Amino acid sequence: MAAVSLRDVRKSYTADLQVIHGVSMEIADGEFVVILGPSGCGKSTLLRMVAGLETVSAGEIAIGGRVVNRLEPKDRDIAMVFQNYALYPHMSVYENMSYGLRIKGLPKPEIDARVQRAAGILELKNFLDRKPRALSGGQRQRVAMGRAIVREPQVFLFDEPLSNLDAKLRVQMRGELQSLHRRLGITSLYVTHDQVEAMTLAQRMIVMNGGRAEQIGAPLEVYARPATVFVAGFIGSPPMNLLPRGERILGLRPEHLEPCAAAEAKLMIEVDLVEPLGGDTLVYGHETGEGAAEGRARVAVRLPAHAPAGNGRLPLRYGPAQEHWFDAASGKRIER
Amino acid sequence: MEKRVVFRSAWLPYLLVAPQIAITLVFFFWPAAQAVWYSFHLQDAFGLKTQFVGLQNFAFLFRDGKYLASFKVTALFSVLVAFAGIAISLLLAAMADRVLKGALAYKTLLIWPYAVAPAVAGVLWAFMLAPSIGIVTFVLKKVGIDWNWIIHGDQAMLLVVVAAVWKQISYNFLFFLAGLQSIPKSLIEAAAIDGAGPGRRFWTIVFPLLSPTTFFLLVVNSVYAFFDTFGVIDATTEGGPGQATNILVYKVYHDGVKAADLGGSSAQSVILMFIVITLTVIQFRFVEKKVQY
Amino acid sequence: MVENRPWLTFLSHAVLILGVVVVAFPLYVTFVASTLTFDQVMQVPMTLFPGDHLLENYSQVLSAGSHKGSKAAVSAMLFNSMVMALAIPVGKISISVIASFAIVYFRFPLRNFFFWMIFVTLMLPVEVRIMPTFKVISDLGMLNSYAGLTVPLIASATATFLFRQFFMTVPDELAEAARVDGAGPMRFFWDVLLPLSKTTMAALFVIQFIYGWNQYLWPLLITTDESMYTTVIGIKRMIVGSDAANEWNLIMATAILAMLPPAAVVVLMQKWFVKGLVETEK
Repeated sequence: MAAVSLRDVRKSYTADLQVIHGVSMEIADGEFVVILGPSGCGKSTLLRMVAGLETVSAGEIAIGGRVVNRLEPKDRDIAMVFQNYALYPHMSVYENMSYGLRIKGLPKPEIDARVQRAAGILELKNFLDRKPRALSGGQRQRVAMGRAIVREPQVFLFDEPLSNLDAKLRVQMRGELQSLHRRLGITSLYVTHDQVEAMTLAQRMIVMNGGRAEQIGAPLEVYARPATVFVAGFIGSPPMNLLPRGERILGLRPEHLEPCAAAEAKLMIEVDLVEPLGGDTLVYGHETGEGAAEGRARVAVRLPAHAPAGNGRLPLRYGPAQEHWFDAASGKRIER
Repeated sequence: MEKRVVFRSAWLPYLLVAPQIAITLVFFFWPAAQAVWYSFHLQDAFGLKTQFVGLQNFAFLFRDGKYLASFKVTALFSVLVAFAGIAISLLLAAMADRVLKGALAYKTLLIWPYAVAPAVAGVLWAFMLAPSIGIVTFVLKKVGIDWNWIIHGDQAMLLVVVAAVWKQISYNFLFFLAGLQSIPKSLIEAAAIDGAGPGRRFWTIVFPLLSPTTFFLLVVNSVYAFFDTFGVIDATTEGGPGQATNILVYKVYHDGVKAADLGGSSAQSVILMFIVITLTVIQFRFVEKKVQY
Repeated sequence: MVENRPWLTFLSHAVLILGVVVVAFPLYVTFVASTLTFDQVMQVPMTLFPGDHLLENYSQVLSAGSHKGSKAAVSAMLFNSMVMALAIPVGKISISVIASFAIVYFRFPLRNFFFWMIFVTLMLPVEVRIMPTFKVISDLGMLNSYAGLTVPLIASATATFLFRQFFMTVPDELAEAARVDGAGPMRFFWDVLLPLSKTTMAALFVIQFIYGWNQYLWPLLITTDESMYTTVIGIKRMIVGSDAANEWNLIMATAILAMLPPAAVVVLMQKWFVKGLVETEK
């Protein structure tokens, strides 16, 4: 069993500097969970606490049913893929992948079998003798994954593994990660700041901000019903429009706004920026007309390419089901 | 050496390099050329006539038991200074890299001996190891060791090695510390996850990655032992007892200044030049190519 | 990292403390000796507690050296050491920075030749040209002079290389912008390059200060006049006999004086010092 439990996990560096404020989550065996958030939100710290690279100040972390707070990283049966790959520069690919197994004292044939199998899955068989500096970024990334796979751990930990790759490679590696997970079925915790990675890879995700878990749920659920203003503004590109309405905030996704006749308009904006993307057009402007709060919130609209778009007033409508309401003071979602 | 942007001037660059080139010519090349010249000549007893003798001075040196002994002494001295210096500083640097509290204090307290002149270092240790009144001598005698470096050649060697290493620890320590801190933390973490304990991590990951620094320090410490330790010897043993600490560079000085053997001393200088050139070439060709990871 | 090895942390501190003690012990002994009388210092074992003759000993050596050994006033020697310690860095930095500027930013015939000439000096430390350099100084009438002590030591390949290395990291665009702004080479050098080089110069200054202060072989060779001795030489000249005959208390007082300025520089300007060391050796 390789379920992972986070029970009210907290971390403080000094008495006044608390960075993780009570995160709790039960991750099922074989589940792929993404920890998503902006820089500084504590997502890497949380992951490193599961790995044993940071100590836990309060709360419990359990892997496979046993509490691991006091266990050294090597005793937790985990494997980690680092953002900068952390490959041993003076060792060949084969030696990098077999290092942990050699330390464990596994017999040579077994080591060889595991390395060859992982190399096969990751298409590294031709590179086993090379040193890391002779490899491209994508190849290094695969070696880092290979090193994790051969350990056959209970949990995979990924710390922003794709951030150092170029955009095209990132898309390709995302697909490879997905197929790898389907094939191996190992419980995985994946940290990223990229919401596209999160939406496509996660079975469930934790959205973090300032050391707190703002929402935990499946990607589409988080998208459809964001629990806080922060989550609403973080997921989606362009992010959800947040319009102040007295003591509440109205949230409307750019793709849910439709041009209409002025008379039916629920929202009127003054357009000042049009970005034709080819397939869609993004239109930016601010609220005008009655009902518009002071401050004239900025609004983004995603229109199909053929829709007329130009500077000037643009009347918009939306369906009642597409309204999201949040309490302005606490930022939390208000259910209707 | 190639900058895309250059200035053009017929005379300015010459003016700018003139001071350095002038001093280099007058005080480096001209004396070096003279040293070579003298090494091929023999002066008579009154210093009036000089006679070209080809390689005779060199031949004589290589037959001279004392010179060959000096070679041995220098080699022994260098090896001891280099290895002891490197081993001790590596240990200290590894420990300093580990501790979180007080790292800065340790660093400050360990690097100040760099400021001490080799000659002064020699005098300090000669004082502490003085055969009759030295405080360390006192402790040694209590433990049953008969310590008198004025009589025992190998003890004299130990004295100068200790003084030379003591001074050099801070230099090596700084470089090792910088080297250790340039190893990405994620490598250590990856190794920890892979199951390596601190000892294994050090020998299989850290030490190999430190090898450029180690090799560099090996060369630098050798150069130090060959040349910069003149002060240590002159301020303490003056090459003695007998020839026990008569390292090559000291012999050059002694034979030239005190024994007035111009030809022999010059020949020795020329040989030393070859040694320096070799060490410098090694340093620049093999060490300066910092391995890129 | 979670590490259940407290004994390793304890061991690390123990080793470091031991290292500090070994490194500091000679200094402590030296200091104590410098505060004792001749009889006290001759005692076996010498006491490890400071005595009360600090002022007496220091004023003795500063004014009139030792009794049995050299009688030269250490105060004069401190001055000489300071002259070397200041003149050498200033001289070295000045001529190296302009030479390096010429080599990096100009194209001229003989450029490569000059570069190699300077490089070769790395392989000619003073120890391999002792006698002839002495002769040159003597012929130039520079024995026993400040010029003789400092000038030969200010041509250095390491400083030139250091500046060259630094200049290579200065973006070409700066020189181009200066050109467009109408600045000639010397203006560019003075207004743009020099201010940027400040940290490199500071680091070099610290290292060279120590180098100049601690010079031994060179002053030994070319000074016979007591008034031109440097502090480091002065110590050696106080050692006249077997250890029982030397006035160790006075010698140690001089040693402390010899160690203070460079040690102060290392400790107070640690950042520059470390930077200078690490960069000069690349």
